[in-house]
Amino acid sequence: MAEIVKEAHLYPRSVRPRLSRWRRREIFDAYLFISPTVIGLLVFLLGPIIASAALSFTDYDILTAPAWVGLDNYTGLFQDGLFWQALRVSVIYSVISVPLGLALSLGAALLLNQKIRGVAILRSIYYMPTIISGVAVAMLWRWLFNAQFGMVNILLGKIGIRGPMWLTDERWALTAIIIASFWGVGGAMLIYLAGLQGIPSELYEAAEIDGATEQAKFRYITLPMISHVTFFNLVLGIIGALQLFTDAYVMTGGGPNNATLFLSLYLYRQAFLYLKMGYASAMAWVLFAIVLVLTLLVFKSSPMWVYYESERRRAT
Amino acid sequence: MSAAQRHRPLPFWRTKRGQERIRLTLSTVIALLGASLLILPFYWMISTALKTPAQVFALPPVWFPIPPQFGNFVEAVTLIPMHLYAFNTFFIVFMVMIGTLLSCSLSAYGFARFRAPGLDFIFLVLLATMMLPGAVTLVPTYLLFNALGWVNTFLPLIVPAYFGSAFFIFLMRQFYLTLPIELEDAAKIDGANSFQIYWRIMLPLSKPVLATVAVFTFVWTYNDFFSPLIYLTDEAHRTIAVALSYFQGSPRVGPQMHILMAAAAISLAPPLILFIAAQRYFVRGIVTTGIRG
Repeated sequence: MAEIVKEAHLYPRSVRPRLSRWRRREIFDAYLFISPTVIGLLVFLLGPIIASAALSFTDYDILTAPAWVGLDNYTGLFQDGLFWQALRVSVIYSVISVPLGLALSLGAALLLNQKIRGVAILRSIYYMPTIISGVAVAMLWRWLFNAQFGMVNILLGKIGIRGPMWLTDERWALTAIIIASFWGVGGAMLIYLAGLQGIPSELYEAAEIDGATEQAKFRYITLPMISHVTFFNLVLGIIGALQLFTDAYVMTGGGPNNATLFLSLYLYRQAFLYLKMGYASAMAWVLFAIVLVLTLLVFKSSPMWVYYESERRRAT
Repeated sequence: MSAAQRHRPLPFWRTKRGQERIRLTLSTVIALLGASLLILPFYWMISTALKTPAQVFALPPVWFPIPPQFGNFVEAVTLIPMHLYAFNTFFIVFMVMIGTLLSCSLSAYGFARFRAPGLDFIFLVLLATMMLPGAVTLVPTYLLFNALGWVNTFLPLIVPAYFGSAFFIFLMRQFYLTLPIELEDAAKIDGANSFQIYWRIMLPLSKPVLATVAVFTFVWTYNDFFSPLIYLTDEAHRTIAVALSYFQGSPRVGPQMHILMAAAAISLAPPLILFIAAQRYFVRGIVTTGIRG
């Protein structure tokens, strides 16, 4: 029956099962309500996606008409040393900052999921830096990492460590940006907290009766029960990390010697400083491909480490 | 002898309650340490903003500038036309907020309460777009606004907000799904049409979720740097974020760190005040959808 209704458009109009007035009204209303979104999807997403794909095969500087160049932009990317550098920077940043950031936010969540006095205020303090990401924060970090007068090196000096030149040293600039990113672990922490609070306490009680140690409870109850949160945070973290722009633009401008030339920064230069719209579009698609591959890897690997309650029920 | 030993109570730190106490105390100490690490950058910003130029570059560093130079804040807002940038920013934020609240609540209601062919598919497409890096649509979108003559106006920053945003539609739809449908049924029997139900019943009931969307829209639009950077080329149109980034290298300010930090501190005040005033709405948004600040 469902099959027949689904293929209703195959029948001539007169034979098609007529929808009731109510039903037609509902369909009309539904589309009326979602019409802003549908228009937005077409004009600001699907349209630009198609246009971007087409542009990536052209040479276009806004002033003269786009010229078809085939795959030149893509082959050009692979011969562009700066593009490889940008790719390297973005990937290193993501691979280091995302897992470490997740570990830190999980640690903070575990810490603040206990009956500590003043825990609500502590949670607010941990979350606060994520509210104010942006230019002012990047400027602040630039000052904090000032080699001579910045707080980071002053504090390191107090414990007897001579801090590096950070943002002006190409070996340390990316590390500084990674460290700055940890200031925002509060966002993922709050999601973890929600996940931790969703774990039924009976599980821990049962484990205690069986004499499980704290480590065992963490390894066999907590970690599996919040693995779906880890999965979610990981996917969002990767997507966000590969798009980092403001911190690099303000803190280092891509330098020194392109040590912090992030993909999005290089893309911005190509598009809006050199007006190479076709080349920038091709780069955007490569960026998308990388995001897609990494997210697919996470998705594909998820059955090995993400635990879903519903699957267990199905299995038993 | 052995019986007496067996009955001697365990020392406090070996009892279950004692262990629990030790763990809590340790956790508190670590949590406080973490919190101070997170607050230190704020402290450094404020203390720099209150220093004299000589104190900024003094070694050993001045931790408590006495007397505090509150004049730095005045200087920061008068060196550049901060009132103009603030007006630009708040105008954009306000318009984006209205657009987001209207378009997202309408669409979310559509997705939550109606059944129509293709509706679920569109919802899935919408969710999938959250994964798409903005870079992919960046160039054509810019070219579109350029062709419309909108570059260097506020329109490219405001208009898209009136056409829905996946995150917020998802958030609001989840909320609508939790509302009892009986109210709407009753209204239908009384002859209300869908729009009346949305406007008179759903919207008033969804104040908490509207507030959540509003605070996140405020913070994200306020902090946004990339879009204003590429669309607002004229100095008079700059937002606070863009103005700050130019401030850093401007000859009028130069390397005057105390002025820069005063300006940065002023620019951080609105989102921080909003956060303190409307904390529960931030938390609710994150817990429902997992969006981050």
